[in-house]
Amino acid sequence: MSRQLTGRVIENRQIGQDVFKITVESELVSQNALPGQFANVRCGRGLTPLLRRPFSICSVDREKGSFDLGYQVRGEGTRLLSETAPGSQLDFIAPLGKPFSACGGFDRIAVVGGGIGVFPLLFLLQIFKCRESSAFLGFRSSEQAVLLDEFSRHSGRLVISTDDGSLGEKGLVTRAFERELDKRAFDMIYACGPVPMLKEVGRIADERGLKCQVSLEQRMGCGIGVCYVCACKVKRQGKEEYLRTCREGPVFWSREVVWDD
Amino acid sequence: MTSVDLSVNIAGLKLKNPVIAASGTCGYGRELAEFFDLNRLGGISVKGLTLEPRMGNRPPRIAETPAGILNSVGLQNPGLDAFIREELPFLRTLDTVKIVNIAGNTPEEYCLLAERLSACDIDAIELNVSCPNVKEGGISFGKSPEGVKRIVSQVKPFCGKKPLIVKLTPNVTDIGEIALAAQDGGADAVSLINTLLGMAIDIYSRRPILGNNFGGLSGPAVKSIAVRMVYEVSRRVKIPVIGMGGIVKGEDAIEFMLAGASAVMVGTGTLVYPDACLKVLEGIKDYLEKTGHKSCHDIIGKLRLW
Ligand SMILES: Cc1cc2nc3c(=O)[nH]c(=O)nc-3n(C[C@H](O)[C@H](O)[C@H](O)COP(=O)(O)OP(=O)(O)OC[C@H]3O[C@@H](n4cnc5c(N)ncnc54)[C@H](O)[C@@H]3O)c2cc1C
Ligand SMILES: Cc1cc2nc3c(=O)[nH]c(=O)nc-3n(C[C@H](O)[C@H](O)[C@H](O)COP(=O)(O)O)c2cc1C
Ligand code: FES
Repeated sequence: MSRQLTGRVIENRQIGQDVFKITVESELVSQNALPGQFANVRCGRGLTPLLRRPFSICSVDREKGSFDLGYQVRGEGTRLLSETAPGSQLDFIAPLGKPFSACGGFDRIAVVGGGIGVFPLLFLLQIFKCRESSAFLGFRSSEQAVLLDEFSRHSGRLVISTDDGSLGEKGLVTRAFERELDKRAFDMIYACGPVPMLKEVGRIADERGLKCQVSLEQRMGCGIGVCYVCACKVKRQGKEEYLRTCREGPVFWSREVVWDD
Repeated sequence: MTSVDLSVNIAGLKLKNPVIAASGTCGYGRELAEFFDLNRLGGISVKGLTLEPRMGNRPPRIAETPAGILNSVGLQNPGLDAFIREELPFLRTLDTVKIVNIAGNTPEEYCLLAERLSACDIDAIELNVSCPNVKEGGISFGKSPEGVKRIVSQVKPFCGKKPLIVKLTPNVTDIGEIALAAQDGGADAVSLINTLLGMAIDIYSRRPILGNNFGGLSGPAVKSIAVRMVYEVSRRVKIPVIGMGGIVKGEDAIEFMLAGASAVMVGTGTLVYPDACLKVLEGIKDYLEKTGHKSCHDIIGKLRLW
């Protein structure tokens, strides 16, 4: 169950171009958070920016009682977060949202991540124990490619793509992923990243009849399910409806998502 | 033990304190109950309800503005039957005043909603004639004194013994006149303000941020407008006034009470701090103690103009 908490910032450091990782003390989150869940963080202290900002939990340290968030500086909220000094208190609500599904104890999994979408996938690889895991990560260029050591530590196979070819393969991560599918079988695909990427991963999985879950982003108000602003259109039993990304999501079965809303 | 009497009376309802969770920002209570004991609230006004289920508007449905937000949810809700079946059983367990906010496309829909709800275990009906986010209905009834008087007088007989609170839109020239019309139509109380119609633009894509193009502004950004309107309305009507718009702390609520509000609602504040209502309540209590007052009634409408 989620709580409104404050925790001491242990570390807040730049790990790539505009990309930071913040480590925050919280026994509750480190013990209870599951991959795919997020924290809704109050980045400033005043009335602007007013709303909290959602960030996926990127990893937990159960011994130290802390968790990490990875984030890219985009606007005012993330800029303020990047200025948060170690030792200060962070105000957040966590863990929130529906986690990735691990039921069925999948044997061979693939994670496909793009940009800031890679963060929840690291946590997933850390926690979900399976026989074989492959990670396919896409970034704009090598400067944005982050947490590669951590990913290679927690996955059996790591494939990197960059838009400009400055690291790994040049081109879209979905292409590298699709090629690998011709050689290898997976029981479950987990994806997080920009919508065009997720849509493509969903299409690829669908074509081959593979199970696939995606973690989506939507502008949020409360993050706890009371305001209904974070709508995501899904189709269930032939009926389209708007679900709350913060509550019924952010993780959805790709098959159910209506992409062209 | 608290030394001050926080209770207030509105249209025959006794609230244990003047703080009510505002419609649309507390769902149907269940999620908020994970964060604090809802029985500590003076009341709760649940998400706007329509006769049939409503999908709501296309996302994005929220944009941030300086000290505020624009929303364009568009009354997404499961409809009356699902509300009675799935949400009411939980609400009934609460020891707080339960208000159901209703919206319709036609006067008949409002009347049907009121009739069905008047037989339910709830305490009051809040007539939403002020939602800026739906095309038909809602606000189209709330913009003229004639429209308001007509819809209120049509719905009132269907409310049975339940008090009827009419929620007013600030998107009008003279809100005092609208409030008077609600009173003439038979309203037991008025609540204000609903959101102010606004717009935010992404300058790079050159498109509105909201999928619905326009949205309703709320939060601290609207507070001074809301206080002014509560003052204007309180002067004009005899029925109780419930004030809201940008309340995030006790001092904000006190401004509304001095301006004439018998109770306050907290909306956007809850999105940032789930227990914002309790903070507001604590702040009201502190103020009363600090200023040596024994009860909320000592300050309601006690503004002294220059
Ligand atoms: C479930 C979820 C998980 C996320 N996980 C991460 C993560 O692990 N790392 C990361 O860097 N980012 C993540 N994001 C995106 C992150 O929330 C936004 O980048 C951030 O809110 C931007 O805030 P800002 O003030 O810097 O930007 P601004 O553009 O100034 O923000 C303005 C408003 O738009 C909202 N907004 C802007 N972009 C987004 C977006 N992409 N998604 C949702 N709301 C947005 C903001 O919350 C704010 O309300 C996640 C989003 C969601 C919904
Ligand atoms: C996300 C959101 C949804 C809302 N939904 C409703 C609604 O269904 N019915 C209604 O009468 N008012 C609705 N409102 C308006 C609020 O109840 C309140 O009148 C307004 O937001 C001003 O108060 P605030 O500044 O404290 O939020 C909504 C407001 C927000 C922010
Ligand atoms: S952000 Fe409020 S319901 Fe999802």
